[in-house]
Amino acid sequence: MGAVATASPDVDSGLETTLDPDQVTVLATPWVTIVWNDPVNLMSYVSFVFQEHFGYSRKKAEKLMMEVHEQGRSVVSTGTREQMERDVQAMHEYGLWATLQKSE
Amino acid sequence: MSGFQRHRRSGRVIATFTGFEADLLRSLTSQLVELLRNEAAVPDDTRDAFEALMDFSGPTSEPEDPVLARLFPSAYRDDDEAASEFRRFTEGSLRDGKAQAACLVIDTLEEAGLPPQLEEDGLMIDVELEPDAARTWMRSFTDVRLALATRLGVEDGDEEYWFALPDDDPRAQAHDIYDWVGYLQETLVESLMR
Repeated sequence: MGAVATASPDVDSGLETTLDPDQVTVLATPWVTIVWNDPVNLMSYVSFVFQEHFGYSRKKAEKLMMEVHEQGRSVVSTGTREQMERDVQAMHEYGLWATLQKSE
Repeated sequence: MSGFQRHRRSGRVIATFTGFEADLLRSLTSQLVELLRNEAAVPDDTRDAFEALMDFSGPTSEPEDPVLARLFPSAYRDDDEAASEFRRFTEGSLRDGKAQAACLVIDTLEEAGLPPQLEEDGLMIDVELEPDAARTWMRSFTDVRLALATRLGVEDGDEEYWFALPDDDPRAQAHDIYDWVGYLQETLVESLMR
């Protein structure tokens, strides 16, 4: 599976380093896990899963759950691609409909 | 029918089912196990024959059955290749996990006294779950509800439609069961929340 690109170590010490703009974008762009609304999962359950898996407070979990419910989707976590793949897999274990993508 | 409750002293999650209810839960979870193990999680074979033969890892294409497609959705919306890779590495273990969860429900019900064939009337089944087992039941009930809802075509805000169906319509009966498992799920979440 793909990894987030990392800059190679700077070997020409003493010289001012410049990252090429594309590289900067790659480094700065995190990935996100999105949970989508579905007509089946109970609001209490979705909120429980967010607390359980992400360790979010009840308040934060409920806010994210309401976003899913009212806006059809919510970004529930942000990080590296590998981390987001683990989160998506965990969401699928819980029966939530989740996807990952680069942050917009 | 009072659903699940948390036993204050032991911290266990408890419920009492009639023999009929326990038998129904076993039937639903057994069907889930069968479905999960039935449509083989095999790689998609549109590739080179040798390459396909040499690859016995997970599947790369979305399952054909709509229930399985809902249980194992694509992880990437706009990147088929990444979605295939993700599926190849995760679907097998997700399937196993869901089948094991459903088997735990079946085993617990049988250990609590549900006979292989339910014959007697008036049988009551007392279930006591440690918090971890209760979480597993909760996940399995979610899978059962997703399966029933997919087969029925449940949508947001369609309660009136189901309510208006005549009682003898098999879809109305299936929807009642879907609602009942939802009720059990709600009480399960509540008893784990505290």
